[in-house]
Amino acid sequence: MHAHMSRHINWPLWSGFALSIAAFLSYFFFFVRFPITRDVPWATLILFAIAIVLLVIGLRKTVGRRIVAWIVTILGIGICAFFCAAVFIGSRQLPASEHAPGIGATAPGFVLLDTNRRPVALSQLLAEPGSKGVILIFYRGYW
Amino acid sequence: MEEHLTEFRAAGIQPVAISVDTPDESRDLSKKAGYTFPLLSDRDAETIRRYDLLHKGAGEHGRDIARPAEFLVDRNGVVRWRNLTGDFRVRARPEQILDAARTMP
Repeated sequence: MHAHMSRHINWPLWSGFALSIAAFLSYFFFFVRFPITRDVPWATLILFAIAIVLLVIGLRKTVGRRIVAWIVTILGIGICAFFCAAVFIGSRQLPASEHAPGIGATAPGFVLLDTNRRPVALSQLLAEPGSKGVILIFYRGYW
Repeated sequence: MEEHLTEFRAAGIQPVAISVDTPDESRDLSKKAGYTFPLLSDRDAETIRRYDLLHKGAGEHGRDIARPAEFLVDRNGVVRWRNLTGDFRVRARPEQILDAARTMP
């Protein structure tokens, strides 16, 4: 029996929740820069695992009204689920590109503007002295 | 890619990046990332379509963009190696491209 009910913070619950948010953000702001933690986001998944453990510990040690603890726990798990969906499903939704030039095919020529608005042709890139070839890198864009 | 630029140059390979971004948008990216290789602007995605890489509505504001891919093209314009990633987070490693380049005449 407590002599007084001190208002104490459920550290595992709130740190677990904060960690789940931090884990999510850490992927997009940090881990995404390194192929080793981007391609298979193991570092982020470990952080999420720790966050979920903390949330569950926090949930179990809650006295009195547990509704807040339940909401926080479900939100934390939800963030993890959203991350997994984005990273394991979302980024794989790509068109089939069946007619992309294959090995042995002639690469379609092009003339496109560079960052100084000067036209650059594939033929011109390939004709440069000392050139063995080019690596064309198609990317989604800067956004 | 930028970090491995000297290796690519030594192998005689010129990296060239292509997207639907405008030259100004590419200039911003290039400056921020410190890229020294060309970033080309395929505004209407015509070249992207010719390479069958169009990803409709996948860009910001539902813009049509390219799905990520890399093509190693030799002096004669022939594709010698390509990478059509199944996951846009996973791109070709520079070592893979350099290895493929070494088999070119």
